[in-house]
Amino acid sequence: MLRESVRRFAVDVVEPKVREMDENESMDPLIIKGLFEQGLMGIETSYERGGAGGSFTSAIIAIEELAKIDPSVSVLCDVHNTLVNTVIRKYGNEEQQEKWLPQLAESKLGSFCLSETSSGSDAFALKTRAKKDGSHWLINGSKMWITNSYEAEIFLIFANIDPSKGYKGITCFIATKDMGIKIAKKEQKLGIRASSTCTLDFDDLRIPEENIIGGEGKGYKIAIEILNEGRIGIAAQMLGLAQGAFDKAVPYTYQREQFGQPVGTFQGMAFQIAQAAIDLEAARLLTYNAARLKEEGLPFTKEAAMAKYWSSVVAQKVSGSAIEWAGGIGFTRETGIEKFWRDSKIGAIYEGTSNIQLQTIAKFIQKEYS
Amino acid sequence: MRPSPRRLLNILVPVKRAVDYSVKIRVNPQQTGIDTNVKHSMNPFDEIAVEEAVRLREKHKESIKSIRAVTIGPSKSLDTLRTALALGADSAIHVQIPDTAPSPEPLAVAKTLRSIIQKKNAEASGEGDKIDLVILGKQAIDDDLGVTGQMLAGLMGWSQATFASKLEVDEGKQEVLVTREIDGGGEEIRCKLPLVVTTDLRLNEPRYASLPNIMKAKKKPIEKLTPEDVGVDFTPQLETVKVSEPPTRVGGGKVANVDELIAKLKDAGLA
Repeated sequence: MLRESVRRFAVDVVEPKVREMDENESMDPLIIKGLFEQGLMGIETSYERGGAGGSFTSAIIAIEELAKIDPSVSVLCDVHNTLVNTVIRKYGNEEQQEKWLPQLAESKLGSFCLSETSSGSDAFALKTRAKKDGSHWLINGSKMWITNSYEAEIFLIFANIDPSKGYKGITCFIATKDMGIKIAKKEQKLGIRASSTCTLDFDDLRIPEENIIGGEGKGYKIAIEILNEGRIGIAAQMLGLAQGAFDKAVPYTYQREQFGQPVGTFQGMAFQIAQAAIDLEAARLLTYNAARLKEEGLPFTKEAAMAKYWSSVVAQKVSGSAIEWAGGIGFTRETGIEKFWRDSKIGAIYEGTSNIQLQTIAKFIQKEYS
Repeated sequence: MRPSPRRLLNILVPVKRAVDYSVKIRVNPQQTGIDTNVKHSMNPFDEIAVEEAVRLREKHKESIKSIRAVTIGPSKSLDTLRTALALGADSAIHVQIPDTAPSPEPLAVAKTLRSIIQKKNAEASGEGDKIDLVILGKQAIDDDLGVTGQMLAGLMGWSQATFASKLEVDEGKQEVLVTREIDGGGEEIRCKLPLVVTTDLRLNEPRYASLPNIMKAKKKPIEKLTPEDVGVDFTPQLETVKVSEPPTRVGGGKVANVDELIAKLKDAGLA
């Protein structure tokens, strides 16, 4: 029923605006508002704190369904739920949860600020610094590639309070836009164009000490653990994307006739479609299984990496094939099929590049087998 | 003179699990009906009914004492009830029939609803707990029969207002002002409670079930009943002899001028 409800919202409210948002590289505020109204921005947040009291898997399903219509909207919902909300829920103290979770569930968009110009995969080489100033901290530095940052009001910022301690000085701070966060640049991207990706500047950003989440020096642990879960969210987004492309192109192949028959019924095409369906099913099962393991409290790091890796591969493959199956019209922006292919490319890059995923998986295997 | 006590409205909303509107309907190989191995969802007119009940509560607040959803169907109909609960119903009743049983006929449905209303009203602790408003969809989109509401009103001896496009409850007078969609336009009628209303398309636009409401719905009570409990025999009284697709549309032809048109009409024996 959740899936059906999100799907309806996606089809009725999001779909009509997808092309416009992509061409304008801008997220329609009404869609963000709609997501809040549908309770999709506090999926795992408790009911008492304004959320839906749902499970991790229900978040995964919502992200998947949104991605079938627009991967940009899906990633907005994913980052907000699986990164921002979860960090506060898991590592925040009672006062912080009481203060921030309701706002995030009801109306304020969140953003997760870890990457910088010189630290992506090597995340913990980050250079943003935090210096104690009485009962406040002053943050200086800049973050890059930050999703949701254009529209966000609440930011989780990872800064180092003591570079001499290396990664053990990294601390997670929660800040609001009005504390003085500046948007330095909004990126113009190949895909997920409606999702804002900006460079942020912090110039003596003053944050009260009670805004440290999880304690001083705990930022590394928080980031590592949360990105693990976030990986499954991206897997769900890529899965939905691939399915969305498939769902758009395949019916067309059964209508378009050449040489007296629907092109989808030629054996060559039929086999390609069947193989894409197999890839999709495998991606689906990897994603749902990783979610299940997580919910059961079992180790899931390897499976999450596999799910994210495979889903992003399948997303590229299937969306690329979808364009070819649709032929000429697949290449035009009007049908929206090519958008899925452009959107899919980021899957192999963000929240852990494909090479990093492979490295993670290889390390597990090495440990198991040697 | 003492003012008459404000009577509380208890609304019953029957809902049906019907073939989803987006499905491409196909006739089954035996030509006895349509292929039902397809996606099902709550009948759209029933969604409008649930929505109207919820809107009445939003408007009249405590005057709407209860909104109960009810369905007669196989085990899968439970999803339909959960949707009604997620949209705002307080509780639900599931009259369960076997998964292989044919879809219940309107008269059986109407008799079941009567039985439930009578049972609930007999158990009711006071006048204010009795079901006095039934809102149903005007018809189900899979069989388009459109008679259940009318039959129920007849069986209960209640007022009926069908094809409602507007509903206004007057609490003080215990009356409902209904605008009905008729061929010529709209007809306004004033109805005394208890009342059966069937919904038409323009009555309202149903909300989306938000995620918090879907989660809340899981905790709402669902009562299970059997055909024996309601004392109704669901054996079909009607036998569908044949269902066939409409003839494939043959293309038209173009004529060069009016003379040719008249000549062709004459040839076809139409002029």
